Amino acid sequence: MNTENSLQATTAVRPQLPDTRTVTLRVNGTTHQLQLAPWTSVLDALREHLQLTGTKKGCDHGQCGACTVLLDGKRINSCLTLAVMQENKEITTVEGLAKEGELHPVQQAFIDHDAFQCGYCTPGQICSVIGMVNEGKAKTLDDIRDLMSGNICRCGAYINIVKVAQEALEKNTGL
Amino acid sequence: MKENYTGTPANRVDGRAKVTGEAKYAAEFEVPGLLYGVVVNSAIAKGKIKHMDTSAALQLPGVHQVFTHENRPGYSWFDKHHQDEDAPPGSPFRPLGSNEIKFSMQPIALVVADTYELARYAALLVHVEYEAQPHETDLEANLPRAYKPKKYKSPPPSDPRGDAAGAFDKAEVKLEQAYAHPAHHHNPMEMHASIAIWKEGGKLTVYDKIQGVQNSQQYISNAFGIPKENVQVISPFVGGAFGSGLRPQYQLFLAVLAALELKRAVKVVLTRQQMFSFGHRPHTVQRLAIGASPDGKLQSITHNAIAETSRFEDYNEDVVIWPGVLYDCDNVEVSHQLVDLDVYTPLDMRAPGGTTGTFALECAIDEMAFQIGMDPLEFRLKNYTEKDLNEDKPHSSKELKECYRQGAEKFGWANRKMEPRSMKEGHQLIGWGVAHGAWEAQQQEASAKAVLSPNGKLTVSSATADIGTGTYTVMTQIAAEVMGLPLEDVTFELGDSTMPKSPLEGGSWTVSSVGSAVKLVCEKLQEQLLKMAQKMKNSPFSEAKLADVSFANKQMFLTHAPATSISLQAILDQNEGKPLEAEASQKPDSKQKKYSSYSHSATFVEVQVDEELGTVKVTRIVTAVAAGRIINPKTGRSQILGGSVWGIGVALEEHTVLDHNLGRFMTHDLDKYHLPVSADVHETDVIFVEEKDEIVNPLGAKGLGEIGIVSVAPAICNAVFHATGKRIRELPITLDKLL
Repeated sequence: MNTENSLQATTAVRPQLPDTRTVTLRVNGTTHQLQLAPWTSVLDALREHLQLTGTKKGCDHGQCGACTVLLDGKRINSCLTLAVMQENKEITTVEGLAKEGELHPVQQAFIDHDAFQCGYCTPGQICSVIGMVNEGKAKTLDDIRDLMSGNICRCGAYINIVKVAQEALEKNTGL
Repeated sequence: MKENYTGTPANRVDGRAKVTGEAKYAAEFEVPGLLYGVVVNSAIAKGKIKHMDTSAALQLPGVHQVFTHENRPGYSWFDKHHQDEDAPPGSPFRPLGSNEIKFSMQPIALVVADTYELARYAALLVHVEYEAQPHETDLEANLPRAYKPKKYKSPPPSDPRGDAAGAFDKAEVKLEQAYAHPAHHHNPMEMHASIAIWKEGGKLTVYDKIQGVQNSQQYISNAFGIPKENVQVISPFVGGAFGSGLRPQYQLFLAVLAALELKRAVKVVLTRQQMFSFGHRPHTVQRLAIGASPDGKLQSITHNAIAETSRFEDYNEDVVIWPGVLYDCDNVEVSHQLVDLDVYTPLDMRAPGGTTGTFALECAIDEMAFQIGMDPLEFRLKNYTEKDLNEDKPHSSKELKECYRQGAEKFGWANRKMEPRSMKEGHQLIGWGVAHGAWEAQQQEASAKAVLSPNGKLTVSSATADIGTGTYTVMTQIAAEVMGLPLEDVTFELGDSTMPKSPLEGGSWTVSSVGSAVKLVCEKLQEQLLKMAQKMKNSPFSEAKLADVSFANKQMFLTHAPATSISLQAILDQNEGKPLEAEASQKPDSKQKKYSSYSHSATFVEVQVDEELGTVKVTRIVTAVAAGRIINPKTGRSQILGGSVWGIGVALEEHTVLDHNLGRFMTHDLDKYHLPVSADVHETDVIFVEEKDEIVNPLGAKGLGEIGIVSVAPAICNAVFHATGKRIRELPITLDKLL
């Protein structure tokens, strides 16, 4: 019985490692050249290679939304895409939202509405609210609740997060 | 004149760090030369590892080592050296201890490599051969094996009062039912993570996800035989924990083991799947037998619980204390037994025992009220107890009746129709339910240090944690108020094992314990300031005692003559550029022993159940809470809102399903383990009922971490019954059970 290690059967005795390659990522307006293994996700590239740890890992499977970043203004789970696939795109993380020390209105609204507790899902929630506004699909309160449901908050701050999202939609505070 | 920071809503002082991504959680510290460790877990639930082949992993360039039971370095073998502050009685699990497998997903190897990707790949190449043995993971199939533990983790169940069995036999109205609560996993959004950094001379700096850095420090020191002063544990931000961080988890042990052996810095982050490989809220079955008179007076309550534990530790929690806390009844008998299974030891999870026990008790009470034909709120009022009957002590304060009154009024409870299925709207069956709950308000000994700098900025510290509860903010408020300083002049620091001693952050006792120490240490600074002011020339304070002065607006003044004042800066200027420092420990006052202290809640819920589809939507929740003084109504409200969301999860969604064939939790990710999301949460109101308490602790605050969850799930269950006429006694209430 060896269910956990079933890859063993299909792997050669001396497994080969894929070569690293140069990957060019544009993050928060800055271009970075990284030497990455091709199986590196955007999330791990951000956190482990660029030390941009504001983007969080909550499941690594696209099930929790903590890793949400904006890709050309739209929401994406950065754990579900490889860095090599996202060259020449504009990636915006939570670190890139405040301008010259002034918080983005959605960041400020998260503080004012106490829309978080532990803060771990917060960067993803903030990017998700901004992305939701940019995407232009949300019209009603129930739309907001549905379109924000890809971001889990285990502390249960949803009531306040939805309030922030409503306000952001009314004021059209996208990117 | 006096600025009241406590009792006033305040934004989180760590808010900016959290919304900009600057707040650093355990896995996020940049360390030069960091190695990555990935854990390999057991595929079987019980048996032995016959053979492990790590050669394929080890030959990959960049893989440093694969640690297993065969090559691990030595560590202490004594049980007491592996028991942490929250360990239940028994023999704690030791990672890589031997070839014996005690539970499915047991950590059996740690692969350490230069990058995360490489370590993860190499972990897949570790080949394991097992000798499986038959396992037992099914609680309900093993109930005949239930035993009374030799030693209980929490206080043992109370002795019987009166004659519960006799009174039940004689009672005119009887109810006897079984209720099942499944296993749950904490699933904080941040996975458990540790970075262990080896330094010259064998010192360690460790970043850990933990609810008490000194617990990790002591554990590492004991298990690896390293002097405590050589281990520093740091944890400034914790991405949720809900109990999962009360005990140091195996990623800490493995990171430290690898760092010591390789003399490097090693990071180990668990995967979401591995978050299901340690403690959980135990699957618990309960039997309730209740007898009452036809006019609704309780005559007998028997509450028996049987819960799972592991083969190596006897975990239990306060499942059966609630009849004695919540109801006036002369004949009560309770018991709590365990069944040891081939699983990891259960672990305190938000309101441990309270969530499980209140669900069963409050559903049974609702059933009894319905049987008698009484409004369930009226039934609770009729059986209201002013005393804690478990301890036969008065409450230090108890405004539960006010919770009923204000909650019912806000909800519109008076308009409820008694009959189930009587409040239909189209295809939607509407149901209204109520439940109440309690959570003990405890104070632990805690210490704090305060430093008032020459320029009047105050820094207060204690080795506690902020798991999202608002510790940074409320401690800042308490210190600012005592010292009469603006919030921005006060910094509270936590999460470093070198700071003054603090209990674990848990049990809703942090404000009560650490907050009282913060108050005391600031009062010591006040004394120093007064003494210094008295030494000044022609001091108008020369005759004043501490009780005669007040501190506000950066000034000290005579309370009865506020015009006689001096700025704190003027006093500090006398100190030759040196800061003022104080340290203090605050213990619970002995007069508390004469009283019981609990926070209380009453929750009113409206659900809509689709008649044809069986889907349940919680459309309205009103929770009224009496928890003494609320230090920060803004962050406090968030805690209760969060508790309501947890209640929705408990009642309708959460269930870690065990496959007994494999002996393994199968719903081990956030796709299959259902948690509430935005779409599940609708109108939710929180009421804080005024409650004065001068006994519970010097702050009069009871804590809010747990009271928000306990009464929500049973209120939802009772609302579902009112909507559908179907009583579901096995959580979660999924649509298949309603069709």
